[in-house]
Amino acid sequence: MSATMSSPVMSNPIFREPETLGGAVREIEFRDAIREAMSEEMRRDKRVFLLGEEVAQYDGAYKVSKGMLAEFGERRIIDTPISESGFAGMAIGAAMMGLRPICEFMSWSFSLVAADPILNNAPKMLYMSGGQWGCPIVFRGNDGAGGQLGSTHSWCVEGLFSNVPGVKIVIPSCPADAKGLMKTAIRDDDPVFFLESERMLGNKGHVPEGEYLIPFGHAAVRRKGTDCTLCSWGRPVNFCLEAAEILAKEGISCEVIDLRTIRPLDLPTVVASVRKTNCAVVVDQSWSFSSPGGELAALIHKHCFDDLDNFVHRVHSDDVPTPYSSKLEQEYLPNVRKICEAVRAATYRA
Amino acid sequence: MSISQTPTPVVNGQPRKLPSLPAPTLVKWLRDMHLIREFEVRCMQSYQEKKIGGFCHVYIGQEAVAVGCVAAMKHEDPIVTAYRDHGHALARGMTSRACMAEMYGKVGGCAKGKGGSMHMFDRPNNLYGGHGIVGAQTPLGAGLAFGTKYEDEVVNGGKNRRVTLAFLGDGAVNQGAFYEAMNLAGLFDLPVIFIVENNGYSMGTAIHRGTTMSHDLCIKGRAHGLKEATIDGMDVLAVYQDMHALAEWCRENSRPAIVDMKCYRYKGHSMSDPRKYRTREEEERHESNDPIGKYERALLDHGVVTDESIKEIMKACREEVRDAIQFSNESPEPPMSDLYTDVFVEPWGRFTGSSQPEFTGGASNVCTFRATDGKEGLV
Ligand SMILES: Cc1ncc(C[n+]2csc(CCOP(=O)(O)OP(=O)(O)O)c2C)c(N)n1
Ligand SMILES: [Mg+2]
Repeated sequence: MSATMSSPVMSNPIFREPETLGGAVREIEFRDAIREAMSEEMRRDKRVFLLGEEVAQYDGAYKVSKGMLAEFGERRIIDTPISESGFAGMAIGAAMMGLRPICEFMSWSFSLVAADPILNNAPKMLYMSGGQWGCPIVFRGNDGAGGQLGSTHSWCVEGLFSNVPGVKIVIPSCPADAKGLMKTAIRDDDPVFFLESERMLGNKGHVPEGEYLIPFGHAAVRRKGTDCTLCSWGRPVNFCLEAAEILAKEGISCEVIDLRTIRPLDLPTVVASVRKTNCAVVVDQSWSFSSPGGELAALIHKHCFDDLDNFVHRVHSDDVPTPYSSKLEQEYLPNVRKICEAVRAATYRA
Repeated sequence: MSISQTPTPVVNGQPRKLPSLPAPTLVKWLRDMHLIREFEVRCMQSYQEKKIGGFCHVYIGQEAVAVGCVAAMKHEDPIVTAYRDHGHALARGMTSRACMAEMYGKVGGCAKGKGGSMHMFDRPNNLYGGHGIVGAQTPLGAGLAFGTKYEDEVVNGGKNRRVTLAFLGDGAVNQGAFYEAMNLAGLFDLPVIFIVENNGYSMGTAIHRGTTMSHDLCIKGRAHGLKEATIDGMDVLAVYQDMHALAEWCRENSRPAIVDMKCYRYKGHSMSDPRKYRTREEEERHESNDPIGKYERALLDHGVVTDESIKEIMKACREEVRDAIQFSNESPEPPMSDLYTDVFVEPWGRFTGSSQPEFTGGASNVCTFRATDGKEGLV
């Protein structure tokens, strides 16, 4: 159930939604989907290569690149030292030279060590050079809280990085999208930040055989509903679907929209839904202050001012560093309970 | 000063020379090493039982490093380390209870369950943290040394008294921050010792696969004018003696140093590492050079301990760790209100979506600042 299938982008035949492919059901893990996308693109284009810590001989710290060294060899699957600033910058240089690097951060939390190259070089290269050099590169890795990894290892970097012009930010919620969006990311001529979640790498889902690329800026409507529009991306989309199930039993019908990319952001799909439901709740795992969720809420207020029956409610991680204790961490994160409470409040059923 | 350049040979039949220290001190080192090992074994069990969450990196095999280094320093000397930090915490004097309860995520933990395995902090024992980001602690180490030197020399108008130990792994040597920290330490005459716990691997990467000139990590400090020492980290006597000499030199001269501390981690990088990147034969070779067994032999040769007293030490360690586990099981989960404390020194509460957070404390607590004389008070 994808929106805007009639848009000009979707009329380009390389872009297809996975459910349009048909064929047998094939359940694979999230990590397999990412690996398939990278491998297919590496077979297609010799300029694509993968580098990062433990990606080659160790098969990836989270086994995303399992077996890729065997297929592509050590010139294309490259183990780096723990030197994020150095290897991210090196990859950007290689991209300026016309290669198409996929640079893995074991966790996006570690990308903060490389903040200068990924924020000051990659997204500004094209602009600063007046269009002479772009930077076709994919940075990817685990984002958001894992399980009790504590304050240093639980960053939701979209809260920081979505503020920066010149980057595209992809945050898939399911294996099929991860594959189609990764292939688009690798072929994209601009820097793409691809945010995976350690908590989802083992999630299974149907990923059709056959090639498809999913365009950026095209949200997917995951569940149809009439009373409230739930907007999210990445892992919390799955919490929204769970919440919608619970709320349905209470007589509240939720429409769940998975934005898939937050830069670009598919506003038309959101606006169309809110004009129908007259109610919106935004669920975003990053902290609330200056967040992508705050931006989306502001846009909904602007474009649906006369349609809204209540202000846009938001569910975020609490405004504190991520705690280690499991009990505190569960309460800190956006969770099903908090989403249900926000929807009830927004629909005046609290 | 004597800094051994090669691993201390085990001379068969010839008793090792012991430093002239009281017997209880020498016995305490043995006890500390046993305690760390027992603690880590029980950590691994607790992790398997899902009592401990997140990442957990155990110190088994490297006990002589933390124990020997801490023994060589004064209690007022600051220590900062990475995420493989339980050994340093225990050697520094953190109780087994506080260390274990932290990993259980309970209020009895050293950080009330907020930090976890990788982030052990102990203010009374001058342990300025385990730090989860590889290399991040190295500039902090320079900063701690800057702080002590400034306080001793500028604030108190005396001579530098303290030396900071900044521990890092051999993999952390490749972080740019480390080179910046060494340059700053060299430039500002900071009394800090960067101790590279060279266990030969960063995760699954053998040192030579990730590091240039990996046969001698002291080379990494040479360009910054650091004093160098290569020390056998599998021998607590060598660690103590060489570190003591080095630390006193750094204290006296207010200068930085780098140590290539050769050691080996017996277990995987973390709890999920099947160690396919090395052979069992290699592991056995290192395990047969065990720092605890070697030290026991030296103490036995000098009659400092007996087989009986070693058994008692081990029994006491087992009991201490068993008690720590019971304590951790019984210690309460943190109350939900703890989620919002310690964000600022002021007791601010959760972000309310307005410019005003909820205050969890009384209004009179709101503007408590640290006064310049170091005493807390309203200013
Ligand atoms: C900046 C950063 N990058 C990557 C990691 C993931 N990581 C944690 S420990 C580690 C290996 C470090 O090895 P080493 O420094 O030798 O220490 P050891 O584990 O041997 O004690 C890696 C890659 C991290 N925590 N921080
Ligand atoms: Mg190491």
